[in-house]
Amino acid sequence: MNLNIKLPGLDMKNPILPASGCFGFGKEYAELYDLNLLGAITIKAATGSARYGNATPRVAETSAGMLNAIGLQNPGVDQIIENELPFLAGYDTPIIANVAGSTVEEYVEVARKISKHPVIKAIELNISCPNVKEGGVQFGTDPELAKMVTAAVKEVSDVPVYVKLSPNVTDITVIARAVEEGGADGLSLINTLTGMQINLAGRKPLLANKIGGLSGPAVKPVAIRMVYQIRQMTNLPIIGMGGVTTAEDVLEFLLAGASAVAVGTANFQHPFVCSEIIQNLPDVLSKYGFSSVEDAIGKGHEHADTNLSRA
Amino acid sequence: MIHEHLEIISRETIAKDTVEMTFKGKMAQENILPGQFLHLLVGEGSNHMLRRPISIAGVDKQKSTITIIFKLLGEGTNTLAKAEPGDQLDALGPCGQGYPVDELQMNHALLVGGGIGVPPLYYLAQRLHEKGIQVTMVAGFQNKEQVFYEGAFRSLGDYYLATDDGSAGEKGFVTDIIKKEGFDFDQFFTCGPTGMLKAVSTQLEDEEGFISIEQRMGCGIGACFACVVPAPDSESGYKKICKDGPVFRAKEVVLA
Repeated sequence: MNLNIKLPGLDMKNPILPASGCFGFGKEYAELYDLNLLGAITIKAATGSARYGNATPRVAETSAGMLNAIGLQNPGVDQIIENELPFLAGYDTPIIANVAGSTVEEYVEVARKISKHPVIKAIELNISCPNVKEGGVQFGTDPELAKMVTAAVKEVSDVPVYVKLSPNVTDITVIARAVEEGGADGLSLINTLTGMQINLAGRKPLLANKIGGLSGPAVKPVAIRMVYQIRQMTNLPIIGMGGVTTAEDVLEFLLAGASAVAVGTANFQHPFVCSEIIQNLPDVLSKYGFSSVEDAIGKGHEHADTNLSRA
Repeated sequence: MIHEHLEIISRETIAKDTVEMTFKGKMAQENILPGQFLHLLVGEGSNHMLRRPISIAGVDKQKSTITIIFKLLGEGTNTLAKAEPGDQLDALGPCGQGYPVDELQMNHALLVGGGIGVPPLYYLAQRLHEKGIQVTMVAGFQNKEQVFYEGAFRSLGDYYLATDDGSAGEKGFVTDIIKKEGFDFDQFFTCGPTGMLKAVSTQLEDEEGFISIEQRMGCGIGACFACVVPAPDSESGYKKICKDGPVFRAKEVVLA
């Protein structure tokens, strides 16, 4: 079955890619399976200089999900280009660089540098990390700032820019519209939902950062709803994500309107999950009457008689 | 590290809320070092999205078995403990870096363990004993009900026991015993809660030694940066506990 999908900058063998932050820079998972199987790889967020991130504990399990507050730990864009990207050049899989920052200048600097590297085929502009005080989430919740940073990064990037949206807003379509006006080539959604878990014995939040981002199957219905809503108001391609663990979940995102689907938290539970989903996808597509990935995209809207973009 | 469904061949409660579980599998033929851990999938479906890292307490290559000991601390470990002999558990392992037993040259090793930090030290004690190294174990527990493997350690060398309430062994902490006994040893090896690790490595700061750190983990293979510890002298300034550890030289990392 034809699983190919072509998106701006990304010529993908299949619609499956690991989500940023869940796959490092690929090396660890490369010891488990061939990264050439993947449709694309989103690498861990890059910032202008090295960041240590938050204190530990940084993760906590929740019902059908987890909270994390890593805090954008990364060696900085220069080190990533020098030490991490050469390894990925050995694979025939497009690499998406997740770009984060505290200021417009930082986003611009990181995007300019990393987009010039030949392995980087697209940028995922991270204006939605909830786990750092000066970490970009203000850009993801204010439509004017979202538009401005998107336009500034578009101007310097050598590759298409997908803007990763935060679900922690009243109306995600407003932000989607703003980044579209800013010149985004695509959208990526959703980032994590902010949450908290309190340790009963310790009488304090379990995460050192107190607040973390909720991910995993618990958030999937929220993600599906947001992809569905945004599909109704724009033709920009969507990379959908949020709680995907199976090929059936992937089909659900395709029906909602995503053109590619990222897998995050499930990699921790089952490190081989991306390769298994890719293997199972043809059977699941044909079971539900589709002959290709392309064929299924947006088909969840055919019976929609109500426009939900203002819901 | 390999991925394998390990078959449970025995499960026993060996102290209060403390379960010993032995698995049969090919993984036992790997070169498993004391201090390395299994990253175990818990339950089925999406109930538990994070695996549980549990250190290895023993390996029998001839029988092809691996033994772990874990404490019932919450839903995840409670679910793990419900698995029966004959069931299979999805395991990644051996994970991380252990105590470098093969390279260690010494006459006398001091092992200091607290609570659920004791199990990897039992496997370490066995491996050191096989090499002809004298082993002294100092174990600390909350109270008598929590104590396990006392006899097993005694068969390998000297054994000292402290409990917080004095219901078994000496009343006090492992550091009290170390102070009182003034052991003459070559290197120390410690595993336990962070507070104990800090106290022991401070007390023994003039000595060479290794610590093993416990932390909540995400992927368990070094990709997610959930479990890091500052390592000021390293190039990056940090170490990943799951991949670079959980065993470190005592002076290599800074405990929070």
